[in-house]
Amino acid sequence: MNITFIIINFAPENENDVIIYNFNNKMAEIIRLRKGLDIKLLGAPVKELTEVGLAESYALCPDDFTGVTPKLVVKEQQTVKAGEALFIDKNHPEVKFVSPVSGEVVAVNRGARRKVMSIVVKPDAKQTYVEFGTKSVQSLSGDEVKATLLESGLFSFFRQRPYDVIANPADAPRGIFVSAFDSKPLAPDFEFVLQGNEVDFRTGLSAIAKIAPTTLSISASQTAEPLTDAKNVDLYAFKGAHPAGNVGVQINHIKPVNKGEVVWTIDPEAVIFIGRLFNKGVVDMTRVIAVAGEEIVNPQYLKVIAGARISSIVDGRLNKTEHIRIINGNVLTGVKCTKDDYLGAFANMVTVIPEGDDVNEFMGWIAPRFKQYSVSRTFFSWLCCKKPYSIDARIKGGERHMIMSNEYDKVFPMDIYPEYLIKAIITGNIDKMEAYGIYEVAPEDFALCEFVDSSKLELQRIVREGLNNLRAEMA
Amino acid sequence: MSLRNYIDKIKPNFEEGGKLHAFRSVFEGFETFLYVPNDTAKSGVNIHDSFDSKRMMIMVVIALVPALLFGMYNVGYQHYALAGVDGTFWNMFWFGFLAVLPRLIVSYVVGLTIEFIVAQWKHEEIQEGFLVSGFIIPLIVPATTPLWILAIAVAFSVIFAKEIFGGTGMNFLNVALITRAFIFFAYPSVITGETVWVVDHAICGLGADIDGMTAATALGTAATTAAAPAFSMDMVWGLIPGSVGETSVIAIALGALLLLYTGIASWKTMLSVFVGGILMALVYNQWGPDNAMAQMPWYEHICLGGFCFGAVFMATDPVTSARTEVGKWIYGLLIGMMAITIRVMNPGYPEGMMLAILLMNCFAPLIDYCVVQRNVNKRVKRMINK
Repeated sequence: MNITFIIINFAPENENDVIIYNFNNKMAEIIRLRKGLDIKLLGAPVKELTEVGLAESYALCPDDFTGVTPKLVVKEQQTVKAGEALFIDKNHPEVKFVSPVSGEVVAVNRGARRKVMSIVVKPDAKQTYVEFGTKSVQSLSGDEVKATLLESGLFSFFRQRPYDVIANPADAPRGIFVSAFDSKPLAPDFEFVLQGNEVDFRTGLSAIAKIAPTTLSISASQTAEPLTDAKNVDLYAFKGAHPAGNVGVQINHIKPVNKGEVVWTIDPEAVIFIGRLFNKGVVDMTRVIAVAGEEIVNPQYLKVIAGARISSIVDGRLNKTEHIRIINGNVLTGVKCTKDDYLGAFANMVTVIPEGDDVNEFMGWIAPRFKQYSVSRTFFSWLCCKKPYSIDARIKGGERHMIMSNEYDKVFPMDIYPEYLIKAIITGNIDKMEAYGIYEVAPEDFALCEFVDSSKLELQRIVREGLNNLRAEMA
Repeated sequence: MSLRNYIDKIKPNFEEGGKLHAFRSVFEGFETFLYVPNDTAKSGVNIHDSFDSKRMMIMVVIALVPALLFGMYNVGYQHYALAGVDGTFWNMFWFGFLAVLPRLIVSYVVGLTIEFIVAQWKHEEIQEGFLVSGFIIPLIVPATTPLWILAIAVAFSVIFAKEIFGGTGMNFLNVALITRAFIFFAYPSVITGETVWVVDHAICGLGADIDGMTAATALGTAATTAAAPAFSMDMVWGLIPGSVGETSVIAIALGALLLLYTGIASWKTMLSVFVGGILMALVYNQWGPDNAMAQMPWYEHICLGGFCFGAVFMATDPVTSARTEVGKWIYGLLIGMMAITIRVMNPGYPEGMMLAILLMNCFAPLIDYCVVQRNVNKRVKRMINK
């Protein structure tokens, strides 16, 4: 009796085996992750690109840049060019946060205690850019590259571990890590985003490699040459389900962050921006995002400028207008927003799913619920696991103390005991947080744990608060 | 949906300031019981797995149903056999049903009342943990346990083994086992000896009164006499005297199948309990003291008493068991070994399983600590050698 189940449930303890093999004539290490979960959702984007014209307004939201205390440097009615600073970091005034478009600052929205929520810019019909001058990356030193990035505001796309906050330009990072693929549900395919931006991507990689040794992690299934044949970087290939594309997971397998070390991470789309800066001399935050999800009529790719009003992205593409959730980003780490909000600085997609607040499932604890997705076999959904699912935004249960064990571990491919780390954070025990590896994690690494958690704990919020507390304590 | 509308209509009465506010936790409990809550995600992930603790607990209860049904039948079967009266299958089942049902009701009423009060008091939702504990409790005591003793024991264990630690998920001792342990130490005469295992009176006209009845469990016999009872298939089917739900290996195996299949119970814990038990039984067969318990073959050890029930339903309780994967192997192994050791070495406690699990409940955090510490040490070493 037990024997059969050993086979069914057997999950190897050692989830990481490294095979070195010849990858497009270049020796790349393939790291295979055996833990994780790909959630198949309805509404995957098809590879079709639509160019969206200028939106009615654009905005920069300081909250997108974790760990930054914003200090405004513009006033309402002031005109700005694309690449001109809107606000700076109070603690590191050299880090600028620049307008993605040229136009007039029409509003500075403030929240509780006058906190700046967003700085809204109404774009000019004809875009003008701050000229930074084209530069040849080869001839620049690391410090010069860094100075150019700080000047142009693109430095704000660097995040750091520990704490998963915007990087501090005074640090000398041990390395810079770029993940060239996003494994989250419905996420855009970076190879598609890369089309037409190959030169800029190469330049961008060379530029950041001047600052610190840079590691590019690609998916084993990616074949685009700028990725498989990337220059000036260490190349690793990852194979496996989400979170294989999370840069934190990749760092943990390549070279984990120790206490006292700092590494920087940057999104591959931002690498393209950086390349553009050096090749064209301007800050051009035009990017390709995915608009996806069950409630989107025709899920596809859009060419937009970062910070665009959400309505310019979703209007005319929605299946219905009520009981839907528009997500600024992906379903795991994105935030719920309205049409009046603005595309997040780091968001590479907009997802629209059913909210589910009008659904009343009768006797859910016992009903078979064939259409409900679950990783546990207490539902029968695993029978048809090949088909994409409709999952709404309901939590589908009440918050409890941790009951089940090994739930998180199954989707957490890092050499860390997530449950113990979470408990250390909840109890505010700093020594234990350090011992259990908090310096290596970001909230997004816990997104899948939060998804599968039967106790419905808000793990990403807990981790974020833990990181904030620790940062305040260590400052 | 009229029921939904009705619930929505009466809901304001139970909210803050409503006239029935004192029953908020009860109302909420029933509302979430009827309908999956449609609260949507506020922070973090926007989608959630459909699996929640209600679903989990109910799966365990379903897994326990075969043991309960068979236990009811067996209570009747033992009574009719001892009374020397002929009875049909349904006579026996109804007899047992009537004997066990009051215990199930008392267990749930006492335990859930405390849960409701605590939830109301702490402004929390009702936690489902007692759905399982309340179902297990009548299965691990004799069918003759006086209801008032059961009520005291349940109240004691829910309050002192669970609620004072913070409720389901925070307790470190198995609640159902603490109930049994409480009866075992506070009222030993109702849970040990030769007169408690079979109901000795008629219930609602079913069965017959028996005078001077004695019926020892097989383990009790082995502990007090020189020779263990010979192995028989009755021990596998469960047609022997014992606590209500623990006798039938077959019924427990059905539950085990469901628990393993759904992944709610850890196969590692379950398997290692059996391995530990068998190993220790073989060791005592070879080198043990010269008594009936030590010489009992391993398969008889496994089939008798609460070994299977404990291994399947109690050792695997995720809250009180070891929580790391390596820890689960050690934890299970030690439970199995300890259970047989207590049986062999201490004739006063022929049922070693309860004590073995409670003992290892206490050690589970230490086992986990050692496992996690290996990871911590690795991290420290990495930092030094960087």
